[in-house]
Amino acid sequence: MNNKLYDRLIFELSSPGRVGYHLPKNQFPHHELRKDVSRTKAPALPECDEMTVVRHYTNHSGNNFGVDNGLYPLGSCTMKYNPKINEEAANHPAFVNLHPLQPASTVAGAQALADELKKMLCEITGMGAVTLKPCAGAHGELTGLMIIRGYHESRGDFKRTKVLVPDSAHGTNPASAAVCGLDVVEVKSKEDGTVDVDDLATKLDDTVAAMMMTNPNTLGIFEHNITKIVEMVHKCGGLMYYDGANLNPLLGVCRPGDMGFDVIHLNLHKTFSTPHGGGGPGSGPVGCRKELESFFPTVNPYQGNFLVEMRAWAYILSLGYEYIKKVGPTATLNASYIKAKLQDVYELPIKGLSKHEFVFNGLTDKSTGVTTMDVAKRLLDYGYHAPTIYFPLLFHESMMIEPTESESLESIDGFVAVLRKIAEEAKTDPELVKTAPHNAPISRVDDVLAAKNPVLTYPENP
Amino acid sequence: MTYFSESHEYVRVEGEFGYVGISDYAQKQLGNIVYVDMPDVDDDVEVGEVFGAVESVKAASDLLSPVSGTVVEVNESLEDSPELINQDANENWIIKVKLSDPSELESLMDEDTYNSKNQ
Repeated sequence: MNNKLYDRLIFELSSPGRVGYHLPKNQFPHHELRKDVSRTKAPALPECDEMTVVRHYTNHSGNNFGVDNGLYPLGSCTMKYNPKINEEAANHPAFVNLHPLQPASTVAGAQALADELKKMLCEITGMGAVTLKPCAGAHGELTGLMIIRGYHESRGDFKRTKVLVPDSAHGTNPASAAVCGLDVVEVKSKEDGTVDVDDLATKLDDTVAAMMMTNPNTLGIFEHNITKIVEMVHKCGGLMYYDGANLNPLLGVCRPGDMGFDVIHLNLHKTFSTPHGGGGPGSGPVGCRKELESFFPTVNPYQGNFLVEMRAWAYILSLGYEYIKKVGPTATLNASYIKAKLQDVYELPIKGLSKHEFVFNGLTDKSTGVTTMDVAKRLLDYGYHAPTIYFPLLFHESMMIEPTESESLESIDGFVAVLRKIAEEAKTDPELVKTAPHNAPISRVDDVLAAKNPVLTYPENP
Repeated sequence: MTYFSESHEYVRVEGEFGYVGISDYAQKQLGNIVYVDMPDVDDDVEVGEVFGAVESVKAASDLLSPVSGTVVEVNESLEDSPELINQDANENWIIKVKLSDPSELESLMDEDTYNSKNQ
C-alpha cells in the first residue's frame, strides 16, 4: 500500500470562472431550448485549468492499489494479472475510435472478432450460443434468468417462480433472482461443503424455475454430485444456471455444458484477465444451450463493452489451446499451497481438496480476540490487499483466499510469511493487530459511522 | 419465560404477547449493527418465515420469526439507534407479537439449552 494519501476533492480546487479551454464560437444559428427542458440554475460543476485537473487525477491514481502494485488475493474475484498484450490489442486505433451507432457495413472486422470470441467462449463452456451484450456479472445473471423465465413462459408454464440457491452461493444469485421477479429458496450444504442432495430433493417440485450453482463452489470444493443434481432438477422441469464466477480452474479442463448446465454467465474481468473493479468496466457474456438462444432478451441494444471483449479475445489467443489448460491447475496449486502452509495457525473449516479458492475461519487461536477484520487490516500494513472477508456466510470469521495463477512461488511465500507473522503478533501483541492499519494512508476507519451516515455529496448540505 | 430458535432469535413470552429479538450470541457474531428492517404493526408473522433483517458491518441477515401471530408493536428506537441491540440484545426486542399458537413454543429451546449449544 502507499503510505501517503492524496485526499483533495476536485471541488476544493475549483476557482470561479477558471477554464481549461475556450470553445470556438458556435457557427450555427442561435437555437433556444424549450423552457421545460432547460435548467433554471447552472450546475455546480468544478472550474479548473487543465494542469490542475491532470495533477489532481494523477495524484488520486497513486491512492489506488491494484494487481499491478502487489498480491491481491480477493477470493471469488479472480484478481489475476492483466497481461499488457491485451491492452495493445484493445488500444488498436481501428477499435478505439469505433462508434456504437456506426453503420454495420463499416465494422465488419470488429464484428468478426466478436463472433470469434463468442465461438471461443462456446468452446470453453460447452454452450451452444453466447451473447456478449451484458456489461458485467450481475447484468449477465439477470440476462440468464430472463432467458430461463422466457423459456418457461413460452411453454405457457407460469407457475415456475422459485429459484434454488445453495447457502454457500454468491450474494448476487439471490439478488438477481429477486430482481427478475423470482422467489429464492435456499438449499443447505453438507459438512463437506457441497450441496445436500437430500435437502435439495425436498425442495423440488413443478414451481422450480431453475437452480443456480457455482462449481467449484465458494468454498473451493468441486460439487462431485453435480450430474445427479442436474438430473434431479431437470426431472422436475427446472433449468440449471451456472454462475461463472469460479470458472477459472475449469478452463480447458471441464465444461459446464458437459455437466448439464443450460445457462451460464461469465465474467471476462475475472476469468479472462480484463481489468476488474473500479478499473473496469466489466463484461458478463451469457451462454446457453442452442435451443434457448431465441430467448436472449434485449438487455443492451449495442455490442456490450467491446474493448473489454477484445482484451479477453487477446488473452485467450495468447494462451492458446495448449496453455489455457494450465491456468486452472496452477491457480489451484497456488491456493492449495497457501492453505497447506497456514492451516496450523488459521482454522480450516472445510478439509476437502481445494479445486479453486479456499476459506479459513479466522485464526485457530480465538482466545486473543483478534478477528478476521483485524488480520485483514494488518495485511494492509505489509503491502498486501486483504482477501475477501466475512463471506461465505457459512462461517463467522470467513477469510476467502484466491491467489490466482499469476503469482510466483516467491510472491506466495512472502504472503504466507506475513500471514504467519500476523498470527504470531496476535499472540504476542494483540493490540497491535486490533488497531491496524498503522502504515496505511488511513488508519482504522469507522465503518459503523460510514454505514449509518454516509456523506455522498459535496458540499454535504448544498 | 424466554425461548430460543435454531436461527438465534428469541421470544420472551408475557401473557398472550411475545417480544421477539435476536440473541446475545447472534449480536456478537454479527458485530456492529447499522440497520434493522422491521415489519409494520398489524402485519402477520409466521413461524420460521422472514419478518425483517438486520444489517451489520459484516453481513445482512434475515430475521426468522420464532412464533406465529400479529405484530402489535415494533421497537421504533431501533430505527435511529440499531446499535442498542449490540448494547443489550435481550432488553432491545425488535417486534412485539400477539401469539396465535402458543403450542409452537414447545419446539423452541429454553435458555440453558440454547446457551450450551452456542458458546
